[in-house]
Amino acid sequence: MSIFLSKDSRVVVQGMTGAEGGRHTARMVTAGTNVVAGVTPGKGGQVHQGIPVFSSVAEAMDSTGADVSVVFVPPRFTKGAVLEAVDAGIGLCVVITEGVPVHDSLEFLTLAGQSTTRIIGPNCPGLISPGASNAGIIPADITAPGRIGLVSKSGTLTYQLMYELRDIGFSTAVGIGGDPVIGTTHIDCLKAFQDDPDTDAIVMIGEIGGDAEERAAAYIEKHVTKPVVAYVAGFTAPEGKTMGHAGAIISGSAGTAQAKKEALEKVGVSVGRTPSETARLMRALLEAA
Amino acid sequence: MDLFEHQAKELFAAYGIPVPRGIVAHTVAEARAAAEQLTGRVVVKAQVKTGGRGKAGGVKVADDANDAEAKAKAILGMDIKGHTVHKVLIEEASAIAEEYYFSFLLDRANRTFLAICSAAGGMDIEEVAHTAPEKVAKVPVNPIDGIDRARAREIAQAGGLPEKSLDGAAELIERLWAVFVDEDASLVEVNPLILTADGQVKALDGKVTLDANADFRQKDHEVFVDKAAEDPLEARAKEKHLNYVKLDGNVGIIGNGAGLVMSTLDVVAYAGEQFPGSPKPANFLDIGGGASAEVMANGLEIILSDPAVKSVFVNVFGGITACDAVADGIVSAFKLLGDRGEAVTRPLVVRLDGNNAALGREILQNAALPGVELVDTMDDAAKRAAELAAVGA
Repeated sequence: MSIFLSKDSRVVVQGMTGAEGGRHTARMVTAGTNVVAGVTPGKGGQVHQGIPVFSSVAEAMDSTGADVSVVFVPPRFTKGAVLEAVDAGIGLCVVITEGVPVHDSLEFLTLAGQSTTRIIGPNCPGLISPGASNAGIIPADITAPGRIGLVSKSGTLTYQLMYELRDIGFSTAVGIGGDPVIGTTHIDCLKAFQDDPDTDAIVMIGEIGGDAEERAAAYIEKHVTKPVVAYVAGFTAPEGKTMGHAGAIISGSAGTAQAKKEALEKVGVSVGRTPSETARLMRALLEAA
Repeated sequence: MDLFEHQAKELFAAYGIPVPRGIVAHTVAEARAAAEQLTGRVVVKAQVKTGGRGKAGGVKVADDANDAEAKAKAILGMDIKGHTVHKVLIEEASAIAEEYYFSFLLDRANRTFLAICSAAGGMDIEEVAHTAPEKVAKVPVNPIDGIDRARAREIAQAGGLPEKSLDGAAELIERLWAVFVDEDASLVEVNPLILTADGQVKALDGKVTLDANADFRQKDHEVFVDKAAEDPLEARAKEKHLNYVKLDGNVGIIGNGAGLVMSTLDVVAYAGEQFPGSPKPANFLDIGGGASAEVMANGLEIILSDPAVKSVFVNVFGGITACDAVADGIVSAFKLLGDRGEAVTRPLVVRLDGNNAALGREILQNAALPGVELVDTMDDAAKRAAELAAVGA
């Protein structure tokens, strides 16, 4: 099993006829994802890379039973695309697009919050349940199915850990994104992994900015009984500078890596100094179990 | 992007928000001329993008133009928390009856906007928020519903503003919301928001943070960019669409993905602790998902033009990025820089993993570039890069 995404997921790609959308659709299909439709306004009726294209998410859902959408449209059209998927009642909408204005994100996240749609992202690599389905841009061939759950703000750090622990393998790896406001949070994923019978242990990757890791630590203390190891990036980041991700910024004394590490260690989570050490901690935990 | 106070106030004024009359001065002579033009008592205010300026002596009242000249002389060039004062705002002095606080900001944790309002405004608002939180109203603002005049009035009331200020404050708050939304701001703050002796509510200060992600629909914001304050290397990197932040160490860093690059900085700093002089990262540079030869060449060029850099660590985990493309990029970058007469003379430690890593390593081995070393793991590569920087120190 897995969280949020399984072999039964039927995926529609919004923006599939664009260069990025097309390229990643091909990769998703190779990874075994059941991509049933693409959506590009005005291009309904075409067939692209062997996959039928619809003009709206609602039509795609009606015709194909799609229940997951992956959004590759440019920032200026992202809000519209996500709201369309939410209005159509899709179960999961994965927003890959980087550079979405925060006012747009907050608007679609607020409306999605009043609906049945789960949003992952924006500015995220998506999620993968190895061997079953891949919704987004996480490389499928660097790891294997297994029993570790992973949640991360960062794409490449996700890949690094997935690769280091490839012999043990993953139930699901979720890249929740590096923007200041995102749909699915660390806590949402921790809860889902705790409830997932096929996940034995959890890797959590955080970075500077905001207090999501501190809140996750408080959640772990109360609700998570499965072993968790964590990694936090950005100990050497200076105050007031955005480090690549729009959300990765230390404001005053808030959002430092040190504070996050301390909050996690206080509730018994082992925090690695480097990604490789984090992988070793996970290995040791599983061997001891 | 954070705005200077004078820029924030220009924006406020464009939305009909009352602000004192003011003129920006870059020199003592300009400050004098501004004070003469405004006549009467003025306030000389350091323009720096940091808080605590009043307490640092960066805001002074001047009785006349002579005095304004003297005060400007003292403030221009002053260092406030690492920010040098390059300009001052000369502003007509306001007759302040009361000082309040107001802001709209992004509440990351609760995924909402927040209005913060308090009758206890001024320099000690943070202290008040800490010791008497009941005096500071924090009101969530739903982005769909927004703020109208009635809602604005409620917030002012919640913040404890007196009856006599409510109408003026409500109008100002409603307009401030328009600034916040229409300009794609993630913060607008007015501290203090004042009631003048003649009963007017005014923004005496202004702080605005604009969302860079909205630049595509906010073309006017380009005028706010402070070219003079930009680090020259950061400015050059920006022109080449590179995500680069200058730091103060001596190990140049190139990587892909913001998280991995942040992590690389940390791992290099840890590794550096064991070598003489404790080498530290010289920069943050994320080459992103593409990592073409051109991007790699541009990145290396920027990093090598930093004279502090003694060694370079290229740390790539190929997810979407193929490591052979990265290796090709390094080879072309060496050629490109060599052709320009800027041959690479500083050592380069490269760690490639993931997508086509074996092929990438083979390309670099065959190219046998001078000073380029391949190291298998991120931790060992960081250590080697730090060691090389220490040797070169």
